[in-house]
Amino acid sequence: MIHSPYIRKPASIQRVMFTVLLALTPGIAAYVWQIGAGILVNLLIATVTALVAEALILRLRKRPVAIAIGDLSAVVTAWLVALAFPPVVPWWLTVIAVSIAIIAVKHLYGGLGQNPFNPAMAAYCTMIVAYPSLMSQWPAAGGIDFSTQLNLILGGVRELDAITGATALDTLRTGLRADGTVGSVMQAGVFGLAGGRGWEWIAGGYLLGGLFLLATRTITWHLPVGFLAGLASTAALFWIFHPDQFASPLFHLASGGAMLAAFFIVTDPVSGATTPRGKLIFAAGVGLIAYLIRAFGAYPEGIAFAVLLMNICVPLIDMKTQPSVFGHRGNGK
Amino acid sequence: MLTALIIMAGIALVLGAALGYAAIRFKVEGDPLVEKIDAILPQTQCGQCSYPGCKPYAEAIAKGEADINQCPPGGDEGVRKLADLLGREYKPLSEEHGVEKPKSVALIDEQTCIGCTLCIQACPVDAIVGAAKQMHTVVEPLCTGCELCLAPCPVDCITMVPVPETVQTWKWKYPVIEIRNVA
Amino acid sequence: MISRLFSFRGGIKPDAHKNESAEQSIQRAPLPAALVVPLRQSTRATARCVVSVGDKVLKGQRIGEPEGGLSTAVHAPTSGTVTEVGLFPLAHPSGLDTRCVVIEPDGEDRWIELKPFDYHSASRQQALNQLRDCGIVGLGGATFPSHIKLGKGSGIDTLILNGAECEPWITCDDRLMRERAADILSGATILRELIGARELIIGVEDNKPQAIAAMREAAASREAGIRVVPVPSLYPAGGEKQLIRVLTGVEIPYGKLAGEFGIQCFNVGTAHAVYRALAHGEPLVSRVVTLTGNVERPGNYEVLIGTPITHLLSLCRPRPDTDRTLMGGPMMGFALPRLDVPVVKGTNCIISASPALFPPPPPEQPCIRCGECARACPAELQPFELYWFSRAKNFGKAQEYKLFDCIECGCCAYVCPAHIPLVDYYRFAKSEIWAREREKAAADQARDRFEFRNFRQEREKEEKAAKLAAKAAETRAKLADTSATPADAATPPAGETAEDPKKALIAAALARAKAQKAAAQPKNTEALSPETEAEIAEIEARRKRAQESANTSASPSERTPETGA
Repeated sequence: MIHSPYIRKPASIQRVMFTVLLALTPGIAAYVWQIGAGILVNLLIATVTALVAEALILRLRKRPVAIAIGDLSAVVTAWLVALAFPPVVPWWLTVIAVSIAIIAVKHLYGGLGQNPFNPAMAAYCTMIVAYPSLMSQWPAAGGIDFSTQLNLILGGVRELDAITGATALDTLRTGLRADGTVGSVMQAGVFGLAGGRGWEWIAGGYLLGGLFLLATRTITWHLPVGFLAGLASTAALFWIFHPDQFASPLFHLASGGAMLAAFFIVTDPVSGATTPRGKLIFAAGVGLIAYLIRAFGAYPEGIAFAVLLMNICVPLIDMKTQPSVFGHRGNGK
Repeated sequence: MLTALIIMAGIALVLGAALGYAAIRFKVEGDPLVEKIDAILPQTQCGQCSYPGCKPYAEAIAKGEADINQCPPGGDEGVRKLADLLGREYKPLSEEHGVEKPKSVALIDEQTCIGCTLCIQACPVDAIVGAAKQMHTVVEPLCTGCELCLAPCPVDCITMVPVPETVQTWKWKYPVIEIRNVA
Repeated sequence: MISRLFSFRGGIKPDAHKNESAEQSIQRAPLPAALVVPLRQSTRATARCVVSVGDKVLKGQRIGEPEGGLSTAVHAPTSGTVTEVGLFPLAHPSGLDTRCVVIEPDGEDRWIELKPFDYHSASRQQALNQLRDCGIVGLGGATFPSHIKLGKGSGIDTLILNGAECEPWITCDDRLMRERAADILSGATILRELIGARELIIGVEDNKPQAIAAMREAAASREAGIRVVPVPSLYPAGGEKQLIRVLTGVEIPYGKLAGEFGIQCFNVGTAHAVYRALAHGEPLVSRVVTLTGNVERPGNYEVLIGTPITHLLSLCRPRPDTDRTLMGGPMMGFALPRLDVPVVKGTNCIISASPALFPPPPPEQPCIRCGECARACPAELQPFELYWFSRAKNFGKAQEYKLFDCIECGCCAYVCPAHIPLVDYYRFAKSEIWAREREKAAADQARDRFEFRNFRQEREKEEKAAKLAAKAAETRAKLADTSATPADAATPPAGETAEDPKKALIAAALARAKAQKAAAQPKNTEALSPETEAEIAEIEARRKRAQESANTSASPSERTPETGA
């Protein structure tokens, strides 16, 4: 027996996930343009792995496979893994990472909607701890051609340092540790107008996609604004007092995975906070911790760890930020 | 070495003081366990648990003399709640104490009743009214369905009638989730 | 007068589908072969039947007497013969039976002699009684008795007339406002007088321009202080709390009545019925029902209460692919479990549903906590949290998150991308919580009664023991007196003194038994609560009736030949 309401908006999880994938395409296009088409191979490997892993685990859990595969949530996770990872990681690393994301982080907690941690970020953290050197090889913009990328991905000889280098964040960090100033370090070739050369365009692509998500009401403004404000304001605080030791907020916003995180990673509804105020707190917390790890931690990029740390706080944040209910605002007005 | 010892001793002192304070500050008065158990029991006062009423059974459970699965009117859910409260393992209702039945109330066949007052005396919640040599009747909203009045009746004029579902007591069912299997 | 509109958060804009029936003027539905009038016409109260099979009734004749505070009178919707009084299925999602009076119309539709009610000279209480006796309940769907809602009649500043009709498809209030605006306003001014309100606001959704125009025209010819306010079309703007919020800015929380905030809200249909009842003395025996959906001839009909749905369907002619029939709107209505059920006072719309118009929901998917539902919720709840708690049967937590503030409007389920039947979970949780509260109340009562019984038995035992001891002492004293002299003469044998008290005890026991036999009172007739005494009185009365009806067969003395007491 079906009960009211008898009419429904034509909405579905599939549609939501498809919008997210669509919003990722400007960033991917910029990626291909600036870095090379190797990322497309990675995306393909990740997607196939995700779908196979999802099908496998659903079968093992005796759940309907078709609907869950069709909801595209696994594809979103796969794309985020591929986009967060260096574009020339060997294929098996992507496969392991996506499998961890889907099987361990998503399904061992009960599948879609149940995972307390962001699957893509949990996979990223696992991999950066397990394969620190492979996870730190980022090609410079226009540095290597597609065949070399393909060769690296599919397991050719890795002459790493010859072709890949450190990211802008990494260079800044090493430079500052070697007693340089922001000004002197930033003379290096990896820096562009605002962030890492070439990468800043990709960040711009993500920003564009993010605005599309906001326009389609797929995400609310709280999360990206909270994250970017958290990151930028912390960066500004240090930068104002020690501009020689700390990079500008603009640099922090434009480099690393900041834009990807702002619109596609902290916006994961399953593992993030859900109340309006909670979203702001959650996202600002991610921004703050990400900055602290970037500036003082052992890793050049800290967003993934920051997301996981804030994921832990979500139940508390949600509980403490429940919005007031209609008619219960004290004054009755 | 000495500093370490002093620090450890200091920590021990502080924690000890905190625990001592907590023990006084958050002291639990009385034994609320019996009350909590009694609150879960259905208060039919039927004695099927072999105790004379719900409270004595609650006391027996609290003392560890009785098991948690001796209350048929409380049913499976009651056992689960007790298991939850007491941190014990769930076990199915013990058969020697009876089986779970739908909620019923006693009904006196007023044509047959001889007015002996035996059922009135048996009723644990004073839900039967009447006088000697007068017809008796059950006050339905007060009846707990304990069946204690059935046995004493010399003319067997009391029957248990299941309480019918009405629009007021009708409940929405738990939404059924269709899970289509892989096979 | 400044008219600033407020807004409520959330809400949805489903396709209105009003055009199907909005242009069809109200027609009188033909008499059916039989009318099945439920005696349960207001929430939580059933009227007592005052007719029996074979009685001839006139239209408007009372067939159900109000019994209890929330009850209202029930009337014969047409003239005819009572052919049956019994249990018939009710138009309710449960499909359960309720007591109904079946009337076979004689086709004359002859009114009982109506006594107009002079509400100008009548006292407030008389007017309220008149409403109760005319069976006036809220016609918006909740069927709450109007005489209760009118309450104390003080401290109310604003009377709101709800003509929003925000649910898709329904047009009965729209038509009523277009065609009978003057009567509605008369009813509204009577209501305003009854509650002593200063202001009268009529809220109509702005997708009904003709209704607004008709109401404004009717209002123009009356005294000032009446405002017809178009409100933005946003479901559920017609929810009482939402409409009050939009028109006055006041938010009524769950558990509070609008009256506590100086506001009272009535449906336009109710105002119309109030006018008929107070100005013409006419009881509520019909209402306007919209017949629409997947039908050949949608329309709005003045339908007698008790008309079977099947009869109405023959008027609008559902198309062959109709698979369900909904009562109420598609957002909050319900699919009728069967079609032989009658129209009741809360029936505003009958929608024939087809898979094309109301497609079955796609398979349910897991909640991804996207928060769409929270953005759509007009009560500003976190529906997905309520869903998790209700699903896990964690009712305490659900209540903490204000489950009972949910008005079951269905906005959350409407927008849910995972197609979860959210409202079903809330309805389940609510009815489960109510059932538990009922059980708990019953258990507490049983516990109290059991403890009191034990206390009483203990007390009786003590009293008996005390009486016994006193008697024994008395006997012993008497014996001591009589045996005083012989004791002086000779020393009695040792056994005798020991026997005497025993004998005394036996004597006392015999005496007590005799006394008890003389006053063979059952033990629980003392210390009864007034309710129980009332019960007893009622039972006595019933027994007397039963005896009267059975006195031809056997006399009571013959039925109780032997006694055990």
